[in-house]
Amino acid sequence: MLRFIARRLLFLLFLLFGVALFVFILSHLVPSDPVAANLSQSALNNPEIVAAFKEKWGLDQSLFSQLLLYFQHLLTGDLGTSIRTGRPVFDDLMQFFPATLELSIVAMVIALVLGILFGTISAIFRNKAIDHIIRTVSISGVSIPSFWFALIMLNIFSSVLGITPGPGRIDTRTTTPEGGTGLLLLDSFISGNFQLFSDVAMHLILPGTVLGFFTMGLIARQTRSNLLEVLSMDYVRTARSKGLKESAIIVKHAISNAMIPVITVAGIGFCNLLGGMVLVENIFAWPGIGQYAYLSAVSLDFPAICGVSLLIAFIYVVINLLIDILYGVIDPRVRYE
Amino acid sequence: MTLLKVEDLTIKFKSRQGVVKAVDNLNFELAQGSSLGIVGESGSGKSVTSLTIMGLLQNANTEITGNIDFDGLDLLKLSPNEMRKIRGNSISMIFQEPMTSLNPLHTCGKQIMEPILIHQKEVSKQEAKKHAIELLRMVGIPSPEQRFHEYPHQMSGGMRQRIMIAIALACNTKLLIADEPTTALDVTIQAQILDLMNSLKKKRDMSIIMITHDLGVVKEMCEKVVVMYTGQIVEKSPTELVFADPLHPYTKGLLNAIPKISNKVERLEAIEGTVPDALNMPSGCSFHPRCKYATEKCTLEVPTLFQLEDGREVKCFIYDGSEKGDDVNAAK
Repeated sequence: MLRFIARRLLFLLFLLFGVALFVFILSHLVPSDPVAANLSQSALNNPEIVAAFKEKWGLDQSLFSQLLLYFQHLLTGDLGTSIRTGRPVFDDLMQFFPATLELSIVAMVIALVLGILFGTISAIFRNKAIDHIIRTVSISGVSIPSFWFALIMLNIFSSVLGITPGPGRIDTRTTTPEGGTGLLLLDSFISGNFQLFSDVAMHLILPGTVLGFFTMGLIARQTRSNLLEVLSMDYVRTARSKGLKESAIIVKHAISNAMIPVITVAGIGFCNLLGGMVLVENIFAWPGIGQYAYLSAVSLDFPAICGVSLLIAFIYVVINLLIDILYGVIDPRVRYE
Repeated sequence: MTLLKVEDLTIKFKSRQGVVKAVDNLNFELAQGSSLGIVGESGSGKSVTSLTIMGLLQNANTEITGNIDFDGLDLLKLSPNEMRKIRGNSISMIFQEPMTSLNPLHTCGKQIMEPILIHQKEVSKQEAKKHAIELLRMVGIPSPEQRFHEYPHQMSGGMRQRIMIAIALACNTKLLIADEPTTALDVTIQAQILDLMNSLKKKRDMSIIMITHDLGVVKEMCEKVVVMYTGQIVEKSPTELVFADPLHPYTKGLLNAIPKISNKVERLEAIEGTVPDALNMPSGCSFHPRCKYATEKCTLEVPTLFQLEDGREVKCFIYDGSEKGDDVNAAK
């Protein structure tokens, strides 16, 4: 098991190298000028400022020597300095990442809890009205574009009904506490600030639901079909012949077996969720990586773009590794040597 | 003492294409400590019968009529809750596929403990574990303490079937229904499993219903045989008589299809034709399209189960009293 994890982490290094190379080349292939994107019109008219800007960011050097320089810095753990913010990319990422992490965890919890619950109900009441309703919701989840859904949800729950607060991570009148993990739910809970906790929670509900909706649909559909398959298995018949209650059969024998493929889908869903983050964070004014990625991309902030890509690739691999480990925990037939 | 009495059991399945009679007017009984073989091809209704006795055939599209009297209880009249207390407790079942009949995510020990913990509420987990290890030893699993913690995928097919038997016998089993328990196993393992079942039957004075298409298994295991065809009993008699002097043309056909070491034949004799479509049953005797001895009467009238003087029963006009087998002998 440990050797398996070590091998996967070694593989991660190669992968990150590949991602960095790919993103570096790709972002330089974009037919747009970082100078024009970052300097004002009056500064652009001054050739001295332009030359100084190019020299400062190494844009006057050849692409190859830029690449070489970038990788030299990478090897020392330096992700470079953001052109747009003027701060080290690493510091930027660390500042924005907790907000994204918190939102994605909430979205994933919503997706898992509702997805498994809906899928199970759907399978038990197969072809009944409730099944049709859930299946309609699930298929909407996987087919509705998240940016549209985000706007509609904001309009209904925030503007019209006024149940949830508007965009943002916390109320504008509250101040973000200093220090801590940056995960506001956790920080406010630990410090016993329950007013902040509920404020944060209310702000998380809408973006969390919107972001998790796709994954929820995916998980619900997968759970339903697996559970139906598992319920026709011989070992479920054995469980029935032992005299178990139908509810005990589902809880003790069917769900655990049905969850094995769901784990895969949940992993894919989580990675998918990271992609949806860019749109959802922008609509909900969420100060996270998604918004940072968007702002970096429009200003052609190469170090920041590469930094975000490396972070996402890193999370992707770690999640997949966690899923593989989870297989081994759930299924005794899976052994890693 | 009669343990199980099945009377006029009829099972119908409703489908879009029409109503299918899976089991038609079934009657048999089983004394405590004895064994009965139910023999027939796929689709003859033998598995449906066993699932009905277990109370596992409940479905909106199924219609079950008749009586199943078990140990003084009419099983068909019990509520699902009452039935659940019998299932896995005094009636147990083992299945054809030991490879897939065990939950792959639970240890074998846990799966054996499960029926004990459900049906014997006063038993603690520790005691149940002890009992489960005892059961593992009883069904011939070596080093049971260690095997208790192992998963099904770590065991062979024969071992898994032994685990299934241990699960089935975990409580106070009076009736064990074995649905093709050896079909998926290779021959030497088959013999071991059958020996095990036979010895446990004697030790526990339990009754066994053996559902099979393998007449060899019946010869080894059963005192009485019921031969089924298209949901009906066509012959009911003691095992040794079935082999020595089969009555029904279908039974004869089944026996002829078994290869014998003494006879050197190029081809085995098969029964011509196939089992008729359940939605489109032939008129008269359902076996007549495949029967060598069929007469015009067979195509028009349905024979009843005739009782012979020696107590055997057979559903064929050949034995309706007047001619009593002469035709068969003439046809031979």
